[in-house]
Amino acid sequence: MYILGYIDPNSQLPSLLTLPNAYQTILFARNLTRSFGGAVIIPDLSLELKRGEVLGLLGHNGAGKTTTLQMLTGCLTPDSGQIEICGLDLNKTPALAKTHLGYLPETPPLYRELPVETYLSFTAKLRRMDATRISAALKTTLQRCGLESVRKKTISTLSKGYQQRVGIAQAIIHSPDVIILDEPTVGLDPVQIRDIRDLIRELGNTSSVILSTHLLSEVESVCDRVEIMQKGRLIYSDSSLRMQHYDQRLGYVISLRHPPELCELENLAGITSVEKISPTQFRLYHAPGDNPGDMLLDLATQRGWQLEQLTPLHHSLEDVFSKITGDECVSSETQK
Amino acid sequence: MIFLIAQRELRSLLTTPSTWFVLAVLQCIFSLFFLGRLDELLEIQPQLAQLANPPGVTFIVAAPLFNTAALLLMMLAPMFTMRLIAEERRNQTLVLLLSSPLSNQEIVLGKFAGLLIFLLLMTASIPLMACSLALGTSLDSGLLIANYLGLILLTASYIALGLYISALTKHPVIAAIGAFSILAGLWLADIGTNVPDSPWHQLSPLYHFQNFNSGLLDSRDVVFFVLFISAFLLLTIKRLNRIYG
Repeated sequence: MYILGYIDPNSQLPSLLTLPNAYQTILFARNLTRSFGGAVIIPDLSLELKRGEVLGLLGHNGAGKTTTLQMLTGCLTPDSGQIEICGLDLNKTPALAKTHLGYLPETPPLYRELPVETYLSFTAKLRRMDATRISAALKTTLQRCGLESVRKKTISTLSKGYQQRVGIAQAIIHSPDVIILDEPTVGLDPVQIRDIRDLIRELGNTSSVILSTHLLSEVESVCDRVEIMQKGRLIYSDSSLRMQHYDQRLGYVISLRHPPELCELENLAGITSVEKISPTQFRLYHAPGDNPGDMLLDLATQRGWQLEQLTPLHHSLEDVFSKITGDECVSSETQK
Repeated sequence: MIFLIAQRELRSLLTTPSTWFVLAVLQCIFSLFFLGRLDELLEIQPQLAQLANPPGVTFIVAAPLFNTAALLLMMLAPMFTMRLIAEERRNQTLVLLLSSPLSNQEIVLGKFAGLLIFLLLMTASIPLMACSLALGTSLDSGLLIANYLGLILLTASYIALGLYISALTKHPVIAAIGAFSILAGLWLADIGTNVPDSPWHQLSPLYHFQNFNSGLLDSRDVVFFVLFISAFLLLTIKRLNRIYG
């Protein structure tokens, strides 16, 4: 998936991407470490989540995403470090801190023998919700997750997509301040993925969300901020749009029906280099802040090149992700 | 919260068809056994009449019924306890409880209470059948109460042990086999030892039940059961801290 339009990474990014400082930190983890049977999975991890933010935790399988999320939800005790949710220490006051938390693990924790409604009201009671508020919350949640038509059905009879929605519903029924979703769209079909992403975006308006995934398009479409994780460390953190421009060379792909000589293109003002893709198609690179788009359009008409296509170069998040994780591997090798 | 978890356990049990099957078979066995004992009583009644101090109906019919139930429960309890934690771990539903504002004590006590209520419902027909004898004769209420109290404590101790074993593994079947082997092992060690003061007797819950069965309410037996139950519940809570912690 590509972002349409062109944004110069060195120019001012739209203001919605820069989070105001007034945003309150709602969850923070400091110096978490965790090892399993002698193998250190999380060497040292610090993380912060602001109110109303959707944070994508991105990494390969086995990068330590699930372990991190388990620690943040109190399902796994870290060997050392501190976690605070809404100012409450998860280690000292676990019960209080967990009331602000909604968690959907990789496998949704469903009691499959129960009907959807019964299960959801059980989870609401489990989160110590007021009995008076439960029926209203149940109604809203069923509607938000599109579960109204299956409310009376036993969970085991539902399709995987619906079961996943029930899993999300249990995580949000008590309107927690922090919602943690571990790979929420795994194994779903494209329509279901789209629905769930819409839901996550909507959740971001009222709560803060941490989302773990190895799908870059998911980060691109729903997250405000990305943390890339590798071997239990956070190696990169930025807004998801900025991440796309990580170490990117700027340029255009241009198609001309009557192209000039290669050297003519190379000698154009503002063009740093040219690559020939095919006899009629070229990749033109330019310096940051020196956008030759308009000039190319004008020249194409003046010199009769017959312009067919002029597209800004885009790097897919996949490329960027491989670059970032690759860079990290190289730098850790050199450190050794 | 304990009640909420207990309620969930009960609900899950009652929505499983196999539970109803076991329930039906068990009621059948209990009632057949009860009728059998009643038949025998009628047969030996003329001889009893000749005795100066004959044993009562409660002793001849009700006490053996409780004893049979105690033995059957030893085999049945692991079938129910195996699910308690092992299955939740396998289905990854335990995470829901762990990430909810609950203490491990509440989780363990809730599960314990839920299954205890269920097994007491399952064996409720025994005191009821025994009480039905009161229609035709007078009953030894002391013996009856001692038996029922003994059965409750025994059931609770089976559940506590089974719950702990269930927390040790992710595989319900292993939990069932484990709990049954320990219970059967303790029982066999008890009945296989001829020495009267052997410590093997003291370790077996069924041995301590025998006193209740004969109408003897000994505080040592009550203390044994209370210790046995609380020890395994505490071990389970500790284990739950360690499963993910």
